[in-house]
Amino acid sequence: MDKNNRKAWLYLLPALIFLGIFMVYPLFDVLVYSLEEGYNSASQTFFGYGIFNFSYVLRDPYFLQAVKNTFILVIITVPLSTGIALLISLGLHSIKPLKELFQTIYFLPYVTNTLAVGLVFMILFKKTPYTDGFINLIIQAFGGSSVDFIEGPYWAKMFVMCFYTIWVVLPFKILILTSALASVNPDYYKAARVDGTGSFRIFTRITLPMISPMIFYLVITGFIGAFKAYSDEVAIFGTDLNASGMNTIVGYVYDMLYGDSGGYPSYASAAALILFAIVLTITCINLLASRKTVTRS
Amino acid sequence: MKIILKNLTKRYPNRNRKIKEDVIAVNNFDFEIPDGELIGLLGPSGCGKSTTLNMICGLEQPTEGKIFFGEDDVTALPPENRGVGMVFQSYALYPHLTVRQNIRFPLENRKGKEKLSNEEMDRMAEEAARMVQIENLMDRKPGEMSGGQQQRVAIARALVKRPRVLLLDEPLSNLDARLRLQTREEIRRIQKETGITTVFVTHDQEEAMSISDRIVVMEVGVVQQIGRPQDVYDDPANLFVAKFLGTPAVNLFDGRVEKRKVYVGEDAILEVPDVPDQPVTVGIRPEGFEPDEQGSLPCSLISVEVMGRDTSVVAKHPAFLGEQIRTIIDSDERPDGKSDVVRFRIRPNKVHLFVPETGERVRFTLPRKEARIAHI
Repeated sequence: MDKNNRKAWLYLLPALIFLGIFMVYPLFDVLVYSLEEGYNSASQTFFGYGIFNFSYVLRDPYFLQAVKNTFILVIITVPLSTGIALLISLGLHSIKPLKELFQTIYFLPYVTNTLAVGLVFMILFKKTPYTDGFINLIIQAFGGSSVDFIEGPYWAKMFVMCFYTIWVVLPFKILILTSALASVNPDYYKAARVDGTGSFRIFTRITLPMISPMIFYLVITGFIGAFKAYSDEVAIFGTDLNASGMNTIVGYVYDMLYGDSGGYPSYASAAALILFAIVLTITCINLLASRKTVTRS
Repeated sequence: MKIILKNLTKRYPNRNRKIKEDVIAVNNFDFEIPDGELIGLLGPSGCGKSTTLNMICGLEQPTEGKIFFGEDDVTALPPENRGVGMVFQSYALYPHLTVRQNIRFPLENRKGKEKLSNEEMDRMAEEAARMVQIENLMDRKPGEMSGGQQQRVAIARALVKRPRVLLLDEPLSNLDARLRLQTREEIRRIQKETGITTVFVTHDQEEAMSISDRIVVMEVGVVQQIGRPQDVYDDPANLFVAKFLGTPAVNLFDGRVEKRKVYVGEDAILEVPDVPDQPVTVGIRPEGFEPDEQGSLPCSLISVEVMGRDTSVVAKHPAFLGEQIRTIIDSDERPDGKSDVVRFRIRPNKVHLFVPETGERVRFTLPRKEARIAHI
């Protein structure tokens, strides 16, 4: 190893040590935990190594429910939130008066605490002995019958969940997309106008390809974020997510560690690794798909 | 297609809201561009040349005045209905499309009766590409090409729909010096071959002078002078035009006319029989100086810079407005540099007089004998 090389490693050392302690070691540890059968956290003992933890988790109905919930959440919220964010940013991009004001308003949810937003959603949707909640009042005004969104049927709870998730992730996406739209050189639009390009064609042939790297970034981070959903569920349905049937994979991992039925780090580790495998697969698919569609200049 | 600009005026509300007065970007521009000519709009930044181009293009609406293409009043028409091709300073090539797709783009916009078949579009794109000699680069993306090649693609894209008028905004400003020379000749060639009336904008006077049939010199929204490049150079309408055209710039002196003689400081350099006594700013082109031991203008020599064919003599004079006088003389006549003083004879046809306060030209008749000498 020549002198320069040694120097480089020396400079990298602090970062490598921290990465090793806080990233590599825990990952490795999770893998070990997930393979230790019958691990007891009190006595720190286990029977032996094997894949029993995985098969247990995969047969656990709570886990399967959590996987189903997470997938529904991902499939509904990622495309919808990205699409809505795109529409809103296009609107924000094209209005002139009070542009900054609107941009601030749309960004406010981002700086608002998740639990506070959850509380507001509870007030909007929750049925109590005194009131049916604001949304139900609206439904009744249009002649419908009220629905219990928080403790009622599965689809109603899922609707609130998706609505909430989209609402929470929108501001960041709008922020990214408005800045992406603003960074497109206006000469492209002028050139397109001189050539008589219709506005829909300008959008599909110029705007979309120009901001496609940013859209792709939002889709990938959106998928990853939605797969890791947990706190939003707690904000609306409380901590016992298994009881309300609205648990997510991360929620399941948490319950296995610290919940009322917790104390099983091996099951938690196995579930976490399954989540990791799912996210990795989806991200790889995303990357492959983007090669064909995303424009890089 | 001739272009007629009639009293073209563009006013913007002032950005500083406290100032009620509008900013006048272009003021009362009146000009008829003959069919098939190459016109250079020339001026410093902020002079309104780009605004004028945008108004011809249709990207901006004039506040007052009218624009005609031939007999058609196009003032109210949007750009796509005017039949203009525009080349932007940034080229504005779509980076995600290949050269072929970029050139085809304007054709693909056509709808209804004007719609073209795929083969027809390809044929027209090829034809435009051949015109600018990029037919072998059709499948590349703009990012994989040099600045000069991108420029050609942009021109091909503007030409492919066979516009009545071609507009170029600072076409050479993004190119390096060598490519600039090459490309400006290219633009000239393409313009001659197609015969399309072409207007281009530049702040580079050399660029404008070298290829334009006519140049329009503008300052703060007002047209200063329109004419053939050589005529404008030889016969500037005012001090601004004289200063703006020519490298090195015209040398300006504080002077006066007294008893039919032009004085620079205490030195009488020229006889002007028909100018009344008055203070004047004297402008002398760099090539208007000839070293001569009997010359009428003694200057203190600073340096002699040899540039091959020509020599630049840098000198000082008490009445000079500025730092150093720069002259261009034939290398054979260059001073030996032994003396600190160099005397110049002044070529009368290279001298322009201006009213110091307004910059207006003070015209005079050249003494006949000297004028003849100057032409030899």
